[in-house]
Amino acid sequence: MENQELIPHLFRTEYRKITAVLVKTFGLEHIEIAQDIASDTFLLASEMWAIKGAPDNPVAWLYTVARNKTLDYLRRDKLFKEKVSGQVVRSSPTDEEIEIDLSARNITDSQLQMMFAICHPSLPVESQIGLALNVLCGFGINEIASAFLTNKETINKRLYRAREKLRAGQIKMEFPDETEIELRLEAVLKTLYLLFNEGFYSAGKDVTLRKDVCIEAMWLTKMLTENPGTDRPPVNALLALMCFHASRFEARTNPEGETVLYQDQDDSLWDAALINRGECYLNRASVGQQLSRYHLEAAIGYWHTIKADTPEKWEHILQYYNQLLILEYSPIAALNRTYALAKARSKADAIREAEKLNLAENHLYHSLLGELYLGIDDVKALGYFKTALGLAKSRADRLLLVEKIKKLG
Amino acid sequence: MKDFMFVFRNDPSTLADRSPEEMQASMQKWMDWIGGIAAQGKLIDRGNRLNPAGKVVKPLLTITDGPYIETKESVGGYTMVRAESLDEAAEMAKGCPILLFGGNVEVREIDRM
Repeated sequence: MENQELIPHLFRTEYRKITAVLVKTFGLEHIEIAQDIASDTFLLASEMWAIKGAPDNPVAWLYTVARNKTLDYLRRDKLFKEKVSGQVVRSSPTDEEIEIDLSARNITDSQLQMMFAICHPSLPVESQIGLALNVLCGFGINEIASAFLTNKETINKRLYRAREKLRAGQIKMEFPDETEIELRLEAVLKTLYLLFNEGFYSAGKDVTLRKDVCIEAMWLTKMLTENPGTDRPPVNALLALMCFHASRFEARTNPEGETVLYQDQDDSLWDAALINRGECYLNRASVGQQLSRYHLEAAIGYWHTIKADTPEKWEHILQYYNQLLILEYSPIAALNRTYALAKARSKADAIREAEKLNLAENHLYHSLLGELYLGIDDVKALGYFKTALGLAKSRADRLLLVEKIKKLG
Repeated sequence: MKDFMFVFRNDPSTLADRSPEEMQASMQKWMDWIGGIAAQGKLIDRGNRLNPAGKVVKPLLTITDGPYIETKESVGGYTMVRAESLDEAAEMAKGCPILLFGGNVEVREIDRM
């Protein structure tokens, strides 16, 4: 790997490890210092490696530099050292020198604890996602800004506020104990789920970036399945769901970057290996009594990986949506359930149910009705597509609707 | 929006001799009906089924086995929904599959304590 590829690659994989270990050493209130040291390490790497070439073991090089930079920092800033060693001394009273433990074990532990800290229920969800992207996934401010379709200042402010909240909430880097693990894990899963969706459904044009967001969310979820304390059925279900969705990543955008709807996708582009992995995780999720929303969504995802348009398929999807809605209402699940009803039963049944949904402000509601009226009453269908076009905000959604209207006109 | 309870009543003996296919079909109808209410964001609590076996405690501490009223009908379960009015709630109840099997739904507004 050339330097210009090597450094961004290592940044993505190692920045978060170094940060997590340093935060574990310093405490969450000093997260910025940890991030600065990690960033400085990479800055030095890009300068040095450009002149001398990359070292034989770049990761070891990064860890050594990070460790030295940390010790330098502590030497320079006595006050900070006292604050920090106060904490460290308590845990290892014989050790005068602060130890920066970059062992594989401590890296994993620190990252897991960081995940629990960042997904703490006391933080607003927006802060959680921002911090997750920045600290857990190693995304830069520019990348986060373009993933959220906003500017750098907004993201900087958001992250600043999020770090303030971490401090104010006195959140600790620790693994939740047995009594609270389930609830805390639920919060972590929710954030990882939203993080994945951010990448999957975002209107952002940068497809590679969006895919990276999804991959990171999957990577973090996978880490949870690899730890005995967090390897629980809903975690596996969430990972299965992500695999099934991600399997369609290549098929859902055409070379022009436009969205390709599910029914129009070329299924030879679906990633069979990912579907396979999804099935494995879904099997692993199918133990015990708990049926989480991720189980249901994974089951829906599973049926979507089967291209053949059979009534059986849609009956399963419909029943999973019924259960999902009983568990937790969301407009998108309501709309998808109605679509499944049309496929499993009839368009007429679905129209009757659709008209009861109080979602007239949602462009997808009108798109759905347009779809349902196609072939039954094309004039009505056209009317619904036009209303949807008036409400749709993203370019991709508008393009799809313009296509549909053109076909009817 | 107000909260309502659907109280499902039927004669449990009529349900006893159903085939697995009939039970499956009935389950699907229930799920479609409840799913339709949930899709409107109007389901508060899907509720529970009540086991047909039960006892009734009366004054003077006498305890009798069911049935509880002078018919064979008993409460089979309940569900809680949200609606603008009693009329709307009753309209929602019209889709309940219990009506296809000789049962009925009592719709009552919940006065929160």
